[in-house]
Amino acid sequence: MGMTITEKILAKAAGKEEVLPGDNIWVNANVLMTHDVCGPGTIGVFKREFGEDAKVWDKDSVIIIPDHYIFTEDEKCHRNVDALSVFVKEQGLTYFYEPGTDTYSGVCHVTLPEKGHCRPGEVLFGTDSHTCTHGALGEFSTGIGNTDAGFVMGTGKLLIKVPESIKFIIDGKLSANVSAKDIILKIIGDVGVDGATYCAMEFAGSTIDALSIEERMTICNMAIEAGGKSGIIAADAKTIDYVQSKTDKPFECFESDGDAKYRAVYNYRAEDLKPVVAMPYSPDNVKPVSEVTDSKIDRSYIGSCTGGKIVDFIMAAKVLSGNKVKVPTFIVPATVEVETALVTEMVDGKTLRAIFEDAGCEPIAPPSCAACLGGPLDTFGRCNTTEICISTTNRNFPGRMGSKDSQTILASPLTAAASALTGYITAYEC
Amino acid sequence: MSQSIIKGKVFVVGDNIDTDQIIPAQYLNLVPTIPEEYIKLGSYAMCGLPDNYSTRFIKDGEVTTEYSIIVGGNNFGCGSSREHAPVALGGSGVKAVIANSFARIFFRNCIATGELYPIEPEEALTSIFKTGDEAEFDLEKMTITAVNSGKVYKLKSMGDVRKVIDSGGIFEYARKTDMI
Repeated sequence: MGMTITEKILAKAAGKEEVLPGDNIWVNANVLMTHDVCGPGTIGVFKREFGEDAKVWDKDSVIIIPDHYIFTEDEKCHRNVDALSVFVKEQGLTYFYEPGTDTYSGVCHVTLPEKGHCRPGEVLFGTDSHTCTHGALGEFSTGIGNTDAGFVMGTGKLLIKVPESIKFIIDGKLSANVSAKDIILKIIGDVGVDGATYCAMEFAGSTIDALSIEERMTICNMAIEAGGKSGIIAADAKTIDYVQSKTDKPFECFESDGDAKYRAVYNYRAEDLKPVVAMPYSPDNVKPVSEVTDSKIDRSYIGSCTGGKIVDFIMAAKVLSGNKVKVPTFIVPATVEVETALVTEMVDGKTLRAIFEDAGCEPIAPPSCAACLGGPLDTFGRCNTTEICISTTNRNFPGRMGSKDSQTILASPLTAAASALTGYITAYEC
Repeated sequence: MSQSIIKGKVFVVGDNIDTDQIIPAQYLNLVPTIPEEYIKLGSYAMCGLPDNYSTRFIKDGEVTTEYSIIVGGNNFGCGSSREHAPVALGGSGVKAVIANSFARIFFRNCIATGELYPIEPEEALTSIFKTGDEAEFDLEKMTITAVNSGKVYKLKSMGDVRKVIDSGGIFEYARKTDMI
């Protein structure tokens, strides 16, 4: 019988001819990523279990990307980054994107593909639930806890259950005010926050083919918000060009067989999709913008692994160009590469940075996860009281961006920017 | 953890209790493998619940909870992969979460750490138990008994997961079975 792309990748990683959903298999990892929030605990588990003098399984494959709590006065956060630095030196790890140095990059899920660590056909584990982002490059990629990560760190292997797959086929041409974020929010709204629990969410169709790699990342990034174990989009010529521009390492592309078995298949027509938002307090509380235009907002936030990439800021700049924001608007580039693009990419003959400055946005923050997950009290953009924030981020559970009294509305960069101009939830009128 | 009967009070929560409600992100600067920070994480368990939960999970001035069993709805533990979540619950003194369903990474982290038993009931228990009720959870029979009424409710089998948690987590289990 045919296999899905996910089953094929996992079979290869397990050294098997075929695997079936529900099989518990040992797979070889290609990459293990950890950051400042889960890295110290992972290292703690690794040392406790394998010994103080133990060595990681492969010094080129354990990648450390501090990104969560970087620009804070909190001493424990600094201690945690220092602990990573000590570990990297002790182990001689090749890839460490160290804060305060030229190697600093920013948000792990945008850094990994930018630096060539994401390759089709591979298996990537990361100590962060949004590790599902990297399925956008045709690989199996999923989030794990510290203990499992400690296991991978020492052995390069992990026992995992092969997930069932659910296929989402989107065909046709999107309206100019609809983006990848609207596609994935619509899907999460339809299947629910636990609609894809334990499943691989596979995305295909002419609409997906037409999306840029960064937009595909936005879609796979939020698979976890439907409970998914992973999101995946088969590699195409665009993926191959992107990956080859970042790394010389060889890779193998897989695609699902025509007779592969799915738990369910959903079909969407791009022409039917509209700008949507997820209202508090759940990513599946999805409404068309047209139904909530009388909802007031206090601030707009454009950033994170979901909505802080170059493509996201180009979209926001298109909306903000020549206009003034009515509410505080926070711009947080995901990585240094994105930050650099703010002064090299142009819209209407102006740099993105100039557009944001002229529109009256808050001073642009340095790259990090910042207020996407609240974080320490002094985090840039954190909602510390009763703010209602429209945001390009990924979660809006109670207290997600800080105070339990604040509210987060999830939106595309187009909608978050258009709302900043009016102070109400507003779709981009193009 | 290998006791077969867990007696204690239950704390009842609704659907989609995410990891930010279990342990808010501002406390992720604490490292679970540092013993005093493990205790501290426990002291913050469930402090992200909204204010409509009128009963505090951990009383002011205390570092552990009086509730050893959490009864939850659908999709318990959704959200982040932070292992701080099952660790905070374990550190606070919780022995088991009995919820209609679990989010994948939280479930897996419970097993990998051996911090607590994630168990699904045969029928939803959130409207049967109320916070503060005494219950007796029997791991052998896979039942939970409401002490006041004497009524017994069936729980789904944990399958192979039971052995891993009984061993104290994935590493201990892997050693016992010569996997490492």
